[in-house]
Amino acid sequence: MDLLRFITAGSVDDGKSTLIGRLLYDSKNILIDQLEALEKSTKNRSDGSVDLALLTDGLRAEREQGITIDVAYRYFTTPKRKFIIADAPGHVQYTRNMITGASNASLIIILIDARQGVVEQTRRHSIIASLLKIPHVVVAINKMDLVEYSQDVFNNIVIEYAEVAKQLGLKDVTYIPMSALNGDNIVDRSANITWYEGKPLLEFLEDVELNQDVNLTDARFQVQFVIRPQTEELHDYRGYAGKVISGVYKKGDKVTLLPVGIETAISKLEVGGKEVEEVFAPQAAVIQLVEDIDVSRGDSIVKTGDHQPHVNNELEVLLCWMDDKPLIAGNKYLLQHNSRLVRVVVRNVEYKLDVNSLQQQSVEGNVKLNEVVKATIKTASPLVYDPYTKLSVNGSAILVDETSNSTVAAVLLQQ
Amino acid sequence: MSSQYHLDYLEQLEAESIHIFREVAAQFEKPALLFSGGKDSITLVHLAKKAFAPGKIPFPLVHIDTGHNFPEALEFRDWLASEVGATLIVRKVEDTIKQRSLTEPKGKFPSRNWLQTYTLLDTIEEFKFDCCIGGARRDEEKARAKERIFSVRDEFGQWNPKLQRPELWNIYNGRIHKGENVRVFPISNWTELDIWNYIRKEYIGLPSIYFAHERKVIEHEGQLVAISEFVQPDASDVVLTKKVRYRTVGDMTCTAAVESNASTLDEVINEIISTRISERGETRIDDKVTEAAMEDRKKNGYF
Repeated sequence: MDLLRFITAGSVDDGKSTLIGRLLYDSKNILIDQLEALEKSTKNRSDGSVDLALLTDGLRAEREQGITIDVAYRYFTTPKRKFIIADAPGHVQYTRNMITGASNASLIIILIDARQGVVEQTRRHSIIASLLKIPHVVVAINKMDLVEYSQDVFNNIVIEYAEVAKQLGLKDVTYIPMSALNGDNIVDRSANITWYEGKPLLEFLEDVELNQDVNLTDARFQVQFVIRPQTEELHDYRGYAGKVISGVYKKGDKVTLLPVGIETAISKLEVGGKEVEEVFAPQAAVIQLVEDIDVSRGDSIVKTGDHQPHVNNELEVLLCWMDDKPLIAGNKYLLQHNSRLVRVVVRNVEYKLDVNSLQQQSVEGNVKLNEVVKATIKTASPLVYDPYTKLSVNGSAILVDETSNSTVAAVLLQQ
Repeated sequence: MSSQYHLDYLEQLEAESIHIFREVAAQFEKPALLFSGGKDSITLVHLAKKAFAPGKIPFPLVHIDTGHNFPEALEFRDWLASEVGATLIVRKVEDTIKQRSLTEPKGKFPSRNWLQTYTLLDTIEEFKFDCCIGGARRDEEKARAKERIFSVRDEFGQWNPKLQRPELWNIYNGRIHKGENVRVFPISNWTELDIWNYIRKEYIGLPSIYFAHERKVIEHEGQLVAISEFVQPDASDVVLTKKVRYRTVGDMTCTAAVESNASTLDEVINEIISTRISERGETRIDDKVTEAAMEDRKKNGYF
């Protein structure tokens, strides 16, 4: 059994909460006491039906205002897969939340109201999906019951969206006609949409191929923590604990320590205290090296030879600004790339990316919350990275404001 | 690529949790693992052990002892701490009540759950902990579903859901100002069933009360509560002897038992799969008070 993390994107009116509620409800992942609490909150509704959307509204402030403030995580399991849903609100002011939720997702469900077709929000959600390189896209054409389950309506939206997908370079796109409210094509095949030959949503989610999503060719490892027991038996033990970001490492492999560029080899590999012959992404491992060299947190151990990462201190980046305080060019920040922390200065903001059209616009004044900009930054010491578009797991970082300690931006490292 | 380089869901969850533990050890000066004696914190200790092997767990286990614990859980706690070679720090709610002249909760099921917060904050202060690792899971409760893995608390231990840092990719920002601390939840993405399946897979030992045994209980609003020195029956109660097990291990005053014949892990897991009542709803008496009970307690510094 494996694991799929996905994100749902749609505005309040697209029926996103109902869709998630329906997935949980029809796959029997809602339990009796949660249902009771739900029925209690639904008491005031005139038609007496259970409001599935309430299953996903977490905090009291949100329930009172009927909105979603923050990313919430939901869990459900079928015999085939464990699923983690990042449920992010869709309004423009929540671009920050959507990026947060999307950063760990392998798949995105973009909801479209069948009566509306592709709207500005659809484009924005798709642009974020393409910026973050989410591998799989499901276009859920919802509320089919309100257009009499019309195949023509569905086909027209598919044609319309295919154009968007083409522009953005979205590759793996699947279209599913559904009614979350009535349960059409969510878990069970719809009796009302006989012309649709594809899978219902849940079946699709269970079957979508995920093995290709992990990069096993470019070996990247960053040291998180140095294990030095310094006990009598383990006197000289020095193990470099970290996550295999991508690729495969074998005992005996020639490796290079970056950014310093010292070549050595792997003498021993361990996972969870047990010695192994090889480790691969995304395992948490411990690497021991043949030579006794100075290695510390944030250093990269990569395989010597082809597939080398970039080592640079002048970087081009896309910044998704996430703080109420604006970005001021010339300011210094901390950049955290996996476990490596370096001081950076934002040199130059080249242009702003309109998240509704992907158009490059000139930047007037400071960069504000939810804006995406192309910028150049200089780091105090070199960064070992890959371009986000090539290897996202080694091309992503955050900016931290040293004075507030807040995470102020998502950073996508470029060529 | 061939499937030899494939991790199943438990291996993926384990790798994520170990990564989080190592971030804690590297980013904080004085972390501590909050240990309750329950299966979630026992799983945490197991993961921590794997994260730092062959070294020892580089932080102490801290138990905030309400004084209402199951003796089996305390015995297990002491055994486990010595087994993994970790320092065990115990601070008692009883002492906080005396020192700060707090008012003991009254009633038939006097829960010290709320008062635990005082002892916890005092303990953080006493040892200058800058990070407390906890076993909360996001599937447990609605408020928890929205909390970050690294959750920053002010000097009053308060959680502000509207001021959470965005948590992107697997990059954790644990930077704080003096006086603040971070609560870290390495098993955020695990469900109850994931924990049980992992316990089975890794042969993790548990206190005996997780398995079916006979116990004298009373029935309270449909829940079975054990008779103990902390919970005494009224004249109107019918004392029954039932075969029960616990799904969670908290205070004897506010943890209910479930009727069960499951005496092995396989049997327990089968029962959990077939049961349609969630863990918190079934076994926590104090969560039913208001719908927002957990949200309120979290905001005030409770885990």
